[in-house]
Amino acid sequence: MEANGGGSSEIVRELKELKLQKAEIEHRISALEAKLQETAAVERCDAVSNGYSVPAEIEHGLEHGMSPDQIYRYSRQLLLPSFGVEGQSNLLKSSVLVIGAGGLGSPALLYLAACGVGRLGIIDHDVVELNNMHRQVIHTEAFIGHPKVKSAATACRSINSTIKIDEYVEALRTSNALEILSQYDIIVDATDNPPSRYMISDCCVLLGKPLVSGAALGMEGQLTVYNHKGGPCYRCLFPTPPPTTACQRCSDSGVLGVVPGAIGCLQALETIKLASMVGEPLSERMLLFDALSARIRIVKIRGRSAQCTVCGDNSSFNKQQFKDFDYEEFTQFPLSAGPLNLLPAESRISSKEFKEIRQKKERHVLLDVRPSHHYKIVSLPDSLNIPFANLEARLNELTSALKEKEDGHVNSGSCANPSLYVVCRRGNDSQRAVQYLRDSGFSSAKDIIGGLEAWAADVNPNFPSY
Amino acid sequence: MQLTLEFGGGLELLCDSEKIHKVNVDLPNGVEELTMKDLLSWVRTNVIKERPEMFIKGDTVRPGVLVLVNDCDWELSGQLETTIEDKDVIVFISTLHGG
Repeated sequence: MEANGGGSSEIVRELKELKLQKAEIEHRISALEAKLQETAAVERCDAVSNGYSVPAEIEHGLEHGMSPDQIYRYSRQLLLPSFGVEGQSNLLKSSVLVIGAGGLGSPALLYLAACGVGRLGIIDHDVVELNNMHRQVIHTEAFIGHPKVKSAATACRSINSTIKIDEYVEALRTSNALEILSQYDIIVDATDNPPSRYMISDCCVLLGKPLVSGAALGMEGQLTVYNHKGGPCYRCLFPTPPPTTACQRCSDSGVLGVVPGAIGCLQALETIKLASMVGEPLSERMLLFDALSARIRIVKIRGRSAQCTVCGDNSSFNKQQFKDFDYEEFTQFPLSAGPLNLLPAESRISSKEFKEIRQKKERHVLLDVRPSHHYKIVSLPDSLNIPFANLEARLNELTSALKEKEDGHVNSGSCANPSLYVVCRRGNDSQRAVQYLRDSGFSSAKDIIGGLEAWAADVNPNFPSY
Repeated sequence: MQLTLEFGGGLELLCDSEKIHKVNVDLPNGVEELTMKDLLSWVRTNVIKERPEMFIKGDTVRPGVLVLVNDCDWELSGQLETTIEDKDVIVFISTLHGG
């Protein structure tokens, strides 16, 4: 949890607020439960006091099996000629697993719960954070620090208490995927990384489940349905994983909240179409959404590939191989990346040590190698911003900054050469920069371990995180 | 011939963050038709401004890039052998993973 602002009073205040909100929720739940019992009692009473018996086939003989409440709740969908009783009945009998309760999963889950999917599974291992709120609209502030699955399930139940909701507060792995996915008719991929996407697609192929796959980043989104009635699987389209450098995360590249929102809504729509068996699913087609230019393009994509290593004609891929498959290795995309360790200890200092250097007013240049739009969000005073990508081209700026400090020292009579410290957001690019700088003759360059995140954690808790 | 090239999913960052490029591609002497193979190397030389390895690998696009000729996956039209005609729209899009 990223809590800014300091002191225990802030925490105590927040705790109080949370407990209040929790109490309110519990109150609402018991009020609703009471209301439900009351309504049921009144209905029983009415049936008895009517005095004359209504033929059973009129009262309860509705062929579709929907209760009066269900008819009323879903009436606007029942009124759709292309959806109607049949579509709704199919939907009520269906089960859907949404993998990921984040930017895509939030709107998808809200609509799937609202429309009356019979059983809805939610799996996610993460907790709600403040920086999720702008796009993960299923969560409320009261759930910050709590599992996303609990938060999402609470929201879904408060919209529709009549459907069944299964909660999985865990990460999807090759060890549990087959067992969990096998319990659902339709799978929704609302994850945010390549290894999960390959794993989910492979699992859907093994189990013969359609996969509604959405993705969003920055100002763009993509959507398609895989493994549906002879259509391609994820591997048919992308047999070889992309290089890691081409796999950006929302937490690094940013995302406008409504973009995954739009794609997540469309994932719900495609899921509803599959579950209710109406319309034409987006199989062998892909929707490409460009929010900035306000364009949606739907393109035709290849069908199932006979050569596909997983769903192809000669594929021998089986459940055991799936369980043994290392998707992080395959995609070169570690899900729990440890910190990068490029440099020897003498080329690095901790944020606390750097604080002392600042306090002692030791002469130095602080080089911040983050992209300039990051630098604009927040930066340390008296730092020089040269983004890592432009470092090579702008070395002269660094040279003059060091020279300036050195000239200062001639006047002041001190004798140490100015040191060069390099910082970034988390301490990876700063190491790469130091490595490059040392190779280019800046032998005093040192990396500040853990970047500005470490500065915020260990030196100044009021320093903003993002 | 006049072509519209579009880059998306982050590939536009390789060409000055411009998504749409209206270009004129001349056929090499003695060549009667332009294939995607020819066009890829033309794009590599004339449009891509940085990190070409994020666009091309070997003689084709890098893994994770979808190529669409007139809104249709190039796998369906012969991939590198696809013949390009005047006024065609070719889209290069990098697959997204975020969510």
